[in-house]
Amino acid sequence: MKTPSEIFEILKNEFGEEVILGYHDELPVDLYIEVHPLSIHKVAKFLRDNEELKFDVLMLLSGVDDANGKKSKDENGYDVIEGGTLSVYYHLDSMQLKHKVVLRVATPRENPEVESVEKIWRAADWHEREAYDMFGIKFLNHHDLRRILMPDDWGERYPLRKDYHDPEYYNGMKVPY
Amino acid sequence: MGLKTEEIVLNMGPQHPSTHGVLRLIVELDGELVVDVKPIIGYLHRCFEKHCEFLTYPQIVPYTDRMDYLASMYNNFGYVLAVEKLAGIQVPERVEYIRVIMGELQRIASHLIALGTYGLDIGAFTPFLYLFRDREKILDLFEMTCGARLLYNYMWVGGVSHDIPDEFVPATKKFIKEFRPTIKELNELLTYNKIFVERTANVGILPAETAINYGVTGPSLRGSGVKWDVRKDDPYSIYDRFDFDIPVGEGKMGTVGDSWDRYYVRVLEIEQSLRIIEQAIDKIPPGDVHEAVPKRVKVPKGSVYARVENPKGELGYFIISEGKNNPARVKVRPPSFVNLSVLGELSRGHLVADLIAILGSLDIVLGEIDR
Repeated sequence: MKTPSEIFEILKNEFGEEVILGYHDELPVDLYIEVHPLSIHKVAKFLRDNEELKFDVLMLLSGVDDANGKKSKDENGYDVIEGGTLSVYYHLDSMQLKHKVVLRVATPRENPEVESVEKIWRAADWHEREAYDMFGIKFLNHHDLRRILMPDDWGERYPLRKDYHDPEYYNGMKVPY
Repeated sequence: MGLKTEEIVLNMGPQHPSTHGVLRLIVELDGELVVDVKPIIGYLHRCFEKHCEFLTYPQIVPYTDRMDYLASMYNNFGYVLAVEKLAGIQVPERVEYIRVIMGELQRIASHLIALGTYGLDIGAFTPFLYLFRDREKILDLFEMTCGARLLYNYMWVGGVSHDIPDEFVPATKKFIKEFRPTIKELNELLTYNKIFVERTANVGILPAETAINYGVTGPSLRGSGVKWDVRKDDPYSIYDRFDFDIPVGEGKMGTVGDSWDRYYVRVLEIEQSLRIIEQAIDKIPPGDVHEAVPKRVKVPKGSVYARVENPKGELGYFIISEGKNNPARVKVRPPSFVNLSVLGELSRGHLVADLIAILGSLDIVLGEIDR
């Protein structure tokens, strides 16, 4: 059994500071390790296969809109956010060693790209599709990245982004009707 | 001269009695054998997570009721635990005991539906009626306490909405006494029924490694012989005070991890829940259940992931707070969502009729899959 700070040290020794960006414990309750979005699959594979860590299950993968960019209003009065980041949180568990850890990657809002961990934990398949559906985060090397909860023809709109607003028309129907 | 054959694509649902809700399956068939199954979900999507960002913390509780509507109590439970952890609220002992008793009663009620509808899927109609009769008695206990039978809004941040009435404790004891023999009845009627065993044993075998890799939890994981239960492995509330076992699949009728094992784990879990209720019911301390309910929930900046063992598996709430009255993000880990994703893997190579038996054995609720 390892604490998150021990896991952070192991990861930093293995991957260096370009990949493992930091360890956050200043906020109450949950600690997380910050990882580079284009190296997350390597870190994930290491976490799963290392004898001391054995993170065999991805319990939850969540997309989050950090809404830390420049906020303004467009001509219709809708919120617009420029710049800043979207992030993905990974909650991992080891069923054998009974320890857990949280990883986070942050990716630019304009071109959100994160490496997929679907091949390491199959559980990520649907979770990543949901994060793509709701935030437009593109998971590179995902075998079947398409919408999961929203209709396929919802267009380039991602409902859980903070600057989302309803379209005026959907398939010829007025929204809200 | 050989006959020309080709694979056909069969569409099942969204309106189909055996899909337990509004689920659509695109099934590729080679004759009667399943080549691939693609579940299409989202027909019940009602933007739970988006709603949460515009509601205050206590206002979200009734929305959680509507996710897994067969286990509403437990959905409340997970959510209030997450908020209490974030806000640092200590709830009175009495509330903890009441919550555990309600949670376990809800687990029994949910399992009764799972077992009953599973029999129904396979063609056994009678057990369904028997089990619904027993579930009715649990709903009566809930109604006696909070007035609702399906969507309770019972657990509040810091407490519960109503204290249990005086007649609750004797009524629960009476229920346990009357209910226990009916498990034996169920076993005689369905569990060891030859036709039922033939339909479910060795069907849809889920090996432990596959289950873990897909993140399957709950009775579906334990059916594969993995002893993982959040109540024991990451105890919350006061579960560490009770003595109960974690039943796992043993391959009694076929192979470990087959549909029969997943079914039977649920039967055994009912007995364990009864044991927990029996231990808790006499120890409920006196107190005021509204004592710790805050007038305004003040939550610091930060994030929290709290999880509970819902009747269907691990239910988690990931809440990010900016220190305002409403959360910045609420993400739910619905157990059925993750459990359903393994369906394609499970049903490959089986007969199309077995697909129904496999889907039923996963015990999904579309309300929480689509949110």
